[in-house]
Amino acid sequence: MTPEEFNDAYALCQFLPGPNVVNLSVVFGRRIRGAIGSVVALLGLMGPPFVIVTLIGLIYAQFGEIAALQRMLMGVAAAAVGLVLGTCAKMARPLFKDRLGLAPLLALATLVSVGVLRWPLYWALAGLIPLSIAIAWVRR
Amino acid sequence: MKDDAGTLLTLAGYFAVMSLFAIGGANSAVPEMQRVAVEVERWMTARQFSDIFAIAQVTPGPNVIIVTLIGYHVAGFAGALVATLAMCGPTSLLAFYVGGMWERFKDAPWRGALQAGLLPISIGLIAASAIVVASATAHNFVAVATTLATAVVTYTTRLNPLWIFAAAALLGLGGLL
Repeated sequence: MTPEEFNDAYALCQFLPGPNVVNLSVVFGRRIRGAIGSVVALLGLMGPPFVIVTLIGLIYAQFGEIAALQRMLMGVAAAAVGLVLGTCAKMARPLFKDRLGLAPLLALATLVSVGVLRWPLYWALAGLIPLSIAIAWVRR
Repeated sequence: MKDDAGTLLTLAGYFAVMSLFAIGGANSAVPEMQRVAVEVERWMTARQFSDIFAIAQVTPGPNVIIVTLIGYHVAGFAGALVATLAMCGPTSLLAFYVGGMWERFKDAPWRGALQAGLLPISIGLIAASAIVVASATAHNFVAVATTLATAVVTYTTRLNPLWIFAAAALLGLGGLL
């Protein structure tokens, strides 16, 4: 794959639904060796973490309620929320280039409907996705 | 822990549909995962969900691994396998077929509109996932400060997050949050 091909595949997987890295491994595997390539790339990506995380799940099921572990996880969870917020803020930077401010507004509407009002994902997206794409289409 | 066929089917159904709406990656579906696992099906408490979220973020590998942990919690090893396959299967097929024709539409005008239109949605969803988990973690001043400090460090530096996680785990162990 050339850098351009990779960037192109990466852009595709950013907007395809589902886990981005998983999608990227499928597209990458296909370029290299067709359907077999995709399956092998997928197994290579997901296999080791699957085994590790299943073991962690086993340990958590046994010891998850131990007070010391509980307190440590509380700390890690608080930091994990911060990590997601910080990464999200980085990703959001291009939105603020929008002079009409519509892109940040659409992001905010998504955040409030799904994160604060706790609407089911499908209701919120059924309205927001067509609206957002229509706006982008009109302004292209 | 249950492992009857009905539970596995329920898991598969939820995650297969959810994956198709996960615009921007697995973290975008976290609010829906929390809603289903904690509020609708009552598979776990909000605190257990935030534990699982934390473990998934710390574990090396893709974030989607959170569904493996949810599946394991609900129905053991079979649940882990079913949840992972359901979350990765449909969108992998989509990626496989779309990946094949993507280059043909390289300069199509709708492609740009689609990408520009989906970006704000995915950012809103990822921010929502942080808010939803924060509602279980932000229970005192030190916890909120830990979250905000991690956000600032992530935004401004390229520090490996494992250092922050280690420090946060020590703060927690010390009984500060």
